[in-house]
Amino acid sequence: MVVHSFYVINRSGGLIFSDEHFIPKIELEKTFSYPLDFVLKQGQKGVNVEFGQRDGIKVGHTILSINGVPVQGNFIDFSAPSTTANDDDQQISTSTSHDIISYLSDSTNYPVTIKFGRTRLNSNEKLILASMFHSMYAIACQLSPELNSSGIRELETDQFKLYCFQSITGIKFVALTDTRQANVDALLKRTYELYSDYALKNPFYSIDQPIWCPLFRQTVQQAMDLLEKTGSPYT
Amino acid sequence: MVVYNLYIFNRNGQCLFYREWLRRRPGTMTQEEEFKLMNGFMHSIKSFVQRLSPQDLKDGFVSFKTNCYKLNYYETATGLKFVLNTDNNVGNIRDILHQLYSTIFVNYIVKNPSCSATDIINTEQEIFIEKLDEFISNLSIFAQTNKA
Repeated sequence: MVVHSFYVINRSGGLIFSDEHFIPKIELEKTFSYPLDFVLKQGQKGVNVEFGQRDGIKVGHTILSINGVPVQGNFIDFSAPSTTANDDDQQISTSTSHDIISYLSDSTNYPVTIKFGRTRLNSNEKLILASMFHSMYAIACQLSPELNSSGIRELETDQFKLYCFQSITGIKFVALTDTRQANVDALLKRTYELYSDYALKNPFYSIDQPIWCPLFRQTVQQAMDLLEKTGSPYT
Repeated sequence: MVVYNLYIFNRNGQCLFYREWLRRRPGTMTQEEEFKLMNGFMHSIKSFVQRLSPQDLKDGFVSFKTNCYKLNYYETATGLKFVLNTDNNVGNIRDILHQLYSTIFVNYIVKNPSCSATDIINTEQEIFIEKLDEFISNLSIFAQTNKA
C-alpha cells in the first residue's frame, strides 16, 4: 500500500505544492539488432515509442539511454557523457551530438543497447495537469444527474486512485495512491490541518501562492509515512 | 441503489444512444451540448489519467465518484464508450458494462441488419431499448432504485 504523490491546488487551479512520495521506477534495458521493431517519434521529453509494444516495452515509453550513455532530449552525445541529468532538461545539440532517430536508423551502429522507461512528470507538466484537474472537477458537477453534486472526490483507474478533498475556501488537496490504500480521506483532512498550521499561520506565506514552508513539507511527508505504516495519518 | 442514465458514444465521439431512468437535476444545457461535453470530458479524463499515472495502465480510467453519484466508464477495443451513472454505493461494475455490450449491444444492434453499429440508434430499435431496460432493471444495483 503506497501513497504515490500529493498536490495542493489553489482556488484558480494553480499548483501551489507538490510532493512525490513514492514513484516506482520503470526502466528496461535491452540489446537490439538492426532493424528496430519500434516506430519512434520525437516528443517534448525525448524520443517515445509510438507503435510496437514488445517484451514489456510499452507505447509511450521514452528512450533514456543508448549504450549506457544517457540521452539529452532528442539528442545523444557519446563524446561528452554524463552531464548531470536534471528534471527539466533542455535539449542541447552540439557538434558531437547525434539525432537519436537518425542514429538508430543507421545499421552500422548496431547492435545497440537501449534503455526504455517511463519519464517522471516535470514541473511544467504538473502545472498543466493541476489546472486540467481543476476544470474536470467543475465539469463533474455540471454533468451530474443529481442535484447539488460536488466535484470529483475519488477517481479510479486499474493502477492507481486519485483522491481529492476541497476545503470550503476552495483549496484542493489531491493524493495519488495505489488502488488498495485505505483511509486516504483522513490523510487529506490531516494535510488540511497541516496547511492551516504551517502555511497559513506562517507570516511569510501569502495566500494562493506556492508553499515553500519547510515544516509543511516535512509534516506532510510524515503523515504519508504514517498512513502507509499504521493506516492512520495521526500519531 | 440507483441507476441514473446511460450514454453510448462511438469512436468519433458521436452520441449513439442516451437513456435515463432517473434524473433529479434538470439539464442546464441542450441535450446535444451535454453529449458533446460528456464526450469531451471522458476524452480529457483519459488523457489526464494516462499522463498522471505512475505506472503503465492496462484498462485506464474506470470510474469516478462525487458526493452523490458515480460515473462508470467502459471502452471496447473498437472505441465504443459506455458511460453509466449510478449512485455511490455501487462497486466495480466493469463486468456489467462489458456484459451490456456483449449481450445487448452486440445482439440487438451489431447483428441487426436494419441498423449500423456506428450510427445513432433511433427509437425504432424498440427491441434494443426493451432488452436494455430489462437488463438494467434486473441488475442487483437497480433493486430498490428508481421507484423513489
